Amino acid sequence: MNPAEAVAVPRTMQRAASDLLYTRRGLLLLLLLAPPLLWFGVIYLGSLFALLANAFFRLDDFTGQVVREVGVSNFIALFDPANLDVARRTIGMAIAVTLACTLLAFPLAYMMARHARGWTKAALYIAVMLPLWSSYLVRLYAWKLLLAKEGAISWLAAQLHFSWLIEALLATPLIGGPSLSFSTLGTFIVFVYMWLPFMVLPLMAALERIPASTLEASADLGAGPAATLRHVILPLAMPGIAAGSIFTFSLTLGDYIIPQVIGDSTLYIGQVVYRQQGVAGNIPFAAAFSLVPIVVIGVYLWLAKRKGAFDAL
Amino acid sequence: MTAAVTLDGVGCTFGHGAGAVRAVDEVRLTIEAGEFFTLLGPSGSGKTTVLRMIGGFTLPTRGRVHIGGQDVTMLPPYARPVNTVFQDYALFPHMTIRANVAYPLMVRKVERRAREQRADELLALVQLAGVGERRPAQLSGGQRQRVALARALISEPQVLLLDEPLGALDLKLREQMQSELKALQRRLGITFLFITHDQHEALSMSDRIGIFNAGRLEQVGTPQAVYDRPATRFVAQFVGAANVLEGDAARRLTGHAQAMLRPERIRVGDAAGARASGTVAEVQFFGAFTRVKVVLEGVEPSPRLQADLPTGQGVRVPASGDAVHLHWDEPAVHALAAA
Repeated sequence: MNPAEAVAVPRTMQRAASDLLYTRRGLLLLLLLAPPLLWFGVIYLGSLFALLANAFFRLDDFTGQVVREVGVSNFIALFDPANLDVARRTIGMAIAVTLACTLLAFPLAYMMARHARGWTKAALYIAVMLPLWSSYLVRLYAWKLLLAKEGAISWLAAQLHFSWLIEALLATPLIGGPSLSFSTLGTFIVFVYMWLPFMVLPLMAALERIPASTLEASADLGAGPAATLRHVILPLAMPGIAAGSIFTFSLTLGDYIIPQVIGDSTLYIGQVVYRQQGVAGNIPFAAAFSLVPIVVIGVYLWLAKRKGAFDAL
Repeated sequence: MTAAVTLDGVGCTFGHGAGAVRAVDEVRLTIEAGEFFTLLGPSGSGKTTVLRMIGGFTLPTRGRVHIGGQDVTMLPPYARPVNTVFQDYALFPHMTIRANVAYPLMVRKVERRAREQRADELLALVQLAGVGERRPAQLSGGQRQRVALARALISEPQVLLLDEPLGALDLKLREQMQSELKALQRRLGITFLFITHDQHEALSMSDRIGIFNAGRLEQVGTPQAVYDRPATRFVAQFVGAANVLEGDAARRLTGHAQAMLRPERIRVGDAAGARASGTVAEVQFFGAFTRVKVVLEGVEPSPRLQADLPTGQGVRVPASGDAVHLHWDEPAVHALAAA
């Protein structure tokens, strides 16, 4: 037998397939990307466009049926004072929650990214992640108890002689109410609690990427800590803040459970959408209203890009 | 002349107790104003820690640091009259090149027009006029190096610290930057403290060199002094190539307990008047010279000597296995203090 034949690999189907994939790199890529692309393209984008299309139909008030005629009546209805009020309240809440999450997350993320080492870093990481491992509803009802009139927070405030502060806050118009669990302030506190990890994690990733030498260079070139924070750390952390704020902002815009359990009885966008598509069966109007958060996020991203939030990417 | 930098018994220990690492040990050093001073040493020898203590990024655990006569030991980096060119350049990626160079003036609240004009002047000084609008990511390594230099010079520091700034550049560019740096230093008259592990760089650029080993300063002197009269065996072997002889061989061949002989001072010649004889074990061609490694005979244990024979001066280069006779002049031998 010829020695060259002895080492030749037998021509099997497997071998032929492997050769084909090796020589046609595009084919391999296509096979790997097909499932996620189908999922994203057909199921996700498809339903998004179906939603958009639905927003142009209308509900016949008389028969309760959806009339499949293109019109803009739903978008005009969005500008009713009551609906505008819902949109304004939701967007205002989303902005407030995002700002609070950014302020609370920054020192923690900075500590985790630049100072914590070894087990302290692991412990902090777990502390941030741990709440996400338990059910959202469990945590929400836990907050209901914490914030109740006879709840743990009122009790603690009374022990520390801080009840006057809570009473003053609850007496404030717009955010106040009979108790923390029945006030806009309570809704805000729970929103901030729920979405904080979604701000901490991207912010930490962005802060970790800043080379230590750029911070030393800033100090070396005459910048004190405040100037370094303003001119170097914050601009370089901006992509992380932007990513985190997209989470906190859009999660607040779309949530319909938190304001239902905690807060006064005023409505948020998510609740209106939920009621319109459920009880009222007005899917076209629900679709039109659910486009509001999408547009708001789009405008937000456009503004962030114009302000240079992604320059450091 | 006043001293630009004085290190008075400066030391630095990282960690505590049994795990403590003594990175720098009791360094006493004075760098004169206007001098090009190089700290030379292998990686991990503590030279970068010394630079970081002068810059203010690491606080010494012992001793005092003076810059321009002022005690700065406990001052933060932004309060010290020194600037640093970092090994990775440390440019701000989100700013234009002009904003990078103008940064020290911006944090000192210099008006925008004035600081941008000054930044453009500095960019012209490092031969980078016209790139002010670009971002660091759009420049090559050599260009980024020049930007870092311009940025560190714009506030006219008393001392410029350079932490292995040429390490990431390829050979040709490195040689070009060496002569440019040296020319710039002469022109500006600023004290340069240069850190490198490259002995060629240290010898060709410096007014004086300090050689670092294991956290200690082994010798300070001019490039010629350090090369011709190394104080220790480490310095002899780290700076340039060296034959270090010890024991019996040293006493018989040189009359000292430990001695150094530079390879280029050894010649191959006749048996008459030869100081040593042996067999060629290896021949390596380096272009400008040929290195011949000779195993000596008549001495136990037989040491090896290497001789560098210049190319193209009528010197016959022996082949491997040849018997050769080695010659040198008495002044070529430098006695080393026994360790």
